[in-house]
Amino acid sequence: MYRILVKENLAPCIKEFLISFPEIARKAQPGQFVVVRIDEKGERVPLTIADYDRDKGTISIVVQQAGKTTYQIGELNSGDILFDIIGPLGIPTHMKKRGTVVCVGGGVGIPPIYPVARGFKEIGNRVISIIGAHNRELVIWEEKIASVTDELYVTTDDGSYGRKGFVSDELQRLIKGGRELDLVFVVGPTLMMRAVCEVTRPHKLRTVVSLNPIMVDATGMCGACRVSVGGRTKFVCVDGPDFDGHQVDFDQLLSRQRIYLQEEKKALERYNSVHKHGGLK
Amino acid sequence: MKIAPKKVEMPRQKPEVRVTNFDEVALGYSEKEAQQEARRCLQCKKAPCTRACPVEVDIAGFIARIIEKDYPGAIRKIKEKNLLPAMCGRVCPQEELCEKACTLSKKYEPIAIGRLERFAADWELRRGNPGTSHLSLSTGKCVAVIGSGPASLSCAGDLARLGHKVTIFEALHRPGGVLVYGIPEFRLPKAIVEKEVEYIRSLGVEVKTGYVIGKIYAIDELFSQGYQAIFLGIGAGLPKFMDIPGENLNGVYSANEFLTRTNLMKAYLFPEYDTPIKIGRRVAVIGGGNVAMDASRTALRLGARQVYNIYRRSRQEMPARVEEVQNAQDEGVQFKFLTDPTRIIGNREGWVTGIECIRMELGEPDESGRRRPIPVKGSEFTIGVDIVVMAIGAGANPLLSSATPDLKLNEWGYIVVDETSGKTSKEGVWAGGDIVSGAATVISAMASGRNSAMAIHQYLMQGSRSIDFS
Repeated sequence: MYRILVKENLAPCIKEFLISFPEIARKAQPGQFVVVRIDEKGERVPLTIADYDRDKGTISIVVQQAGKTTYQIGELNSGDILFDIIGPLGIPTHMKKRGTVVCVGGGVGIPPIYPVARGFKEIGNRVISIIGAHNRELVIWEEKIASVTDELYVTTDDGSYGRKGFVSDELQRLIKGGRELDLVFVVGPTLMMRAVCEVTRPHKLRTVVSLNPIMVDATGMCGACRVSVGGRTKFVCVDGPDFDGHQVDFDQLLSRQRIYLQEEKKALERYNSVHKHGGLK
Repeated sequence: MKIAPKKVEMPRQKPEVRVTNFDEVALGYSEKEAQQEARRCLQCKKAPCTRACPVEVDIAGFIARIIEKDYPGAIRKIKEKNLLPAMCGRVCPQEELCEKACTLSKKYEPIAIGRLERFAADWELRRGNPGTSHLSLSTGKCVAVIGSGPASLSCAGDLARLGHKVTIFEALHRPGGVLVYGIPEFRLPKAIVEKEVEYIRSLGVEVKTGYVIGKIYAIDELFSQGYQAIFLGIGAGLPKFMDIPGENLNGVYSANEFLTRTNLMKAYLFPEYDTPIKIGRRVAVIGGGNVAMDASRTALRLGARQVYNIYRRSRQEMPARVEEVQNAQDEGVQFKFLTDPTRIIGNREGWVTGIECIRMELGEPDESGRRRPIPVKGSEFTIGVDIVVMAIGAGANPLLSSATPDLKLNEWGYIVVDETSGKTSKEGVWAGGDIVSGAATVISAMASGRNSAMAIHQYLMQGSRSIDFS
């Protein structure tokens, strides 16, 4: 049982939670995640640790209300309790001084790049961040990202804010402009991560992606999260979540992420019919 | 007195009924049945059954108390040696251990020791008030036990009875390890596991769930927090796949995932419970062990029409308990012996549509003493299925060991220990159960947990007088 200290509505359907859990806050590293369970009947949902404060003993998670469980988490408020939080899980992002590092975050994948950008900057890298979303109101954590970034670029799909286009277009522009880039780190929807990898592949620009497959135990016990990387099966929960994006079989990942689409729809409809929120479309 | 040649039958749900529910199959003896069975016991002085029991339960002793209708005495007798009798009465392979050694078995069926153990344990649980066993004075020593499966529960319980302060750290959100995520409800009801864990708690053991040791704390951090000894009972939680094409298709599960979704997450109650599972019309379960039987029978209960159990050797070589194979057969599992998968076939959307297999024949015995299966050239054929469950064993999960570099492992990643004490290469650390032996039985894990508890007790009490317990 873990208390939500502060809830913040970042955008429609995107909520940030500051949670007290000193033991995780003390140990968390950039790139790691927690597993959250909403109640006794809840599923185990992996969520990236978006920030942590070792002194205050808090961690932050950012949730986009997409399915039944994330919808339900999003309905919690300051003072409420999260039933289970398990972590920190996964291997931390490998931090090294490389020169110029580009951190790319899309949608609800923007907050997770914050600790990574901060980490790269702290050890002396020049950090460029590219963040993007559908439209202006979905661009979140811009100031936080800016505070750990030397250069920040913002894109929106509809052009309502920043440059119109995708984060991958912005990265393409930087590369075409002749910028010396040493590493790209990407978090976001799988299709977006694949697009970024396709931009960097011809330039042999090292690209690390943080994958988000379906997980159950998230400790390497079940293999639900397996994905082919360089032709070998990896468990994202314990071998990742970070992988060389040029080696990842994104088609397989996309397919495996859709295994329970029907069930997810059914669960959300059932939830919405019980709770007359109007719900999600 | 003339001895009945056969065990008193235990009432069970009929196959056609039980495949439609997840309730326990075996219903347990009534008092009358238990009395009748207990009276078959010869009360041998030499007690070969006790010597064959990994934790040395005084079997004749507890059966004698059942005969006298002294049920509290019977369960006390069992608990002197076995803190988890309701579980062991259900899942222990008695036919390989105590019942195999039973004097009666030379001429007749042996005494139904497991059923009687279960009867005594259930009698106590039904009364809802398990007597607390004798506790020693507090020693002021703290022990951390990692994992909460049978090895850990037995180790923690023994250490607590010896007066040590024990904290169990469990990675999942519910204690019990393989007893809750692996063994299905219909074989071991989770309410039984809960009650036995509750009993371990009543001895003073603290259980912290959701703590992944190796992540939130390293072993050395536990020492610096004041734990003076650590027991690793973390199980063999790494699923094995066959390394054949198509294993990452949608619809292919490891047995661990298939059973964890069903047992721990209660996917059979979706959408009341959040976690879903895919229920195929036709399911192939690969492997011939108890886990394969559990997965096959689970698939039937989830609603599969056809469940094929695919095993590369023949029925005689199956590592599963004979009783479990019979249960699976009675329920309608179709066995495909001498058959080995060569690849899994999928459609364009990435879903399983079939499994290609090759026929096998048995050659000369291999190192395990079983006849080695050899593929028959050109005998490939395809079975149409929607779901494939890989139940071909488990390996050593490296999560904790990779975070503990000074822990010596063998070439397969299992922890190397001193055989009698369970002591590892790392000072103050013991290990037992499947993470040492590879996948084995609940009772052998419990025995190793007990051995380590005794060794840890000696280690902690060096210089002070040791306390005898029982």
